Amino acid sequence: MSEDHHHPLEQSPIEQRVHALEELLVEKGYVTHEAIDAIVQRYEESIGPMNGARVVARAWTDPAYRERLLADGTAAIAELGFGGPEGDHMVVVENTEQVHNLVVCTLCSCYPWPVLGLPPDWYKSAPYRSRAVREPRALLREMGTDLPDDVDVRVWDSSAEVRYLVLPQRPPGTEGLGEEALAALVTRDAMIGVAR
Amino acid sequence: MTAIEVDTSGPTAPPRRNGELVFDAPWEGRAFGLCLAVLEREGLGWDDFRPHLVAAIADAPDHTYYEQLAVALDAFLTARGLT
Repeated sequence: MSEDHHHPLEQSPIEQRVHALEELLVEKGYVTHEAIDAIVQRYEESIGPMNGARVVARAWTDPAYRERLLADGTAAIAELGFGGPEGDHMVVVENTEQVHNLVVCTLCSCYPWPVLGLPPDWYKSAPYRSRAVREPRALLREMGTDLPDDVDVRVWDSSAEVRYLVLPQRPPGTEGLGEEALAALVTRDAMIGVAR
Repeated sequence: MTAIEVDTSGPTAPPRRNGELVFDAPWEGRAFGLCLAVLEREGLGWDDFRPHLVAAIADAPDHTYYEQLAVALDAFLTARGLT
């Protein structure tokens, strides 16, 4: 290694450049450090599948909330403070012992941003979009979810008007867990329906 | 306040894991935040920034995403007369 470890706080040229740009724009009164902090925090913490995970965990622990969520997804999700563009008409579909739901957007890549964050690359891929409709069981098997034959697969095609969120089944053995611990178990893939 | 929609696929989409953005160092987050702060302030969208990012990626294809974004941001600010 070089002598860099003697100067752990030394900035790389690119880091210096970013820092200089920020300082310059702040000095001009054009932006504030706080505004940048808020944006970084918003994208890091408020936009991502953890919002959807909180919705799912609430539905698992509060039967009345679950009812409201299935009846009017948009309103129930808004109760937890999530919503906005790309999530203003949400429909929540529930997995059961007999039914597995899978979400796709065959036309493009409509996706519920406020609850799931940025979509994975495969969601937009042509093979996923066509196979989710044509052969969902084979697709799911390849993605690691082998469904028993007696489980119905329902495929939901998202659009600019309607975005779907899958309410996965609560895993067995989690009776003692609180909402926060449950939310940590919910994955993005389960809420798209490519995982059980 | 609504979030500016950034690209979600292709070379101009920020790297992410399980749907969340990944910053390998704090300065990467600052660069991203500064970029979006400027777009918001100017009333612009990602579409307005993308050409600069595409150019920066083409100029230095082996650099990391946020190195490319920082260079693009610098060029964008210069082009808009903000620096």
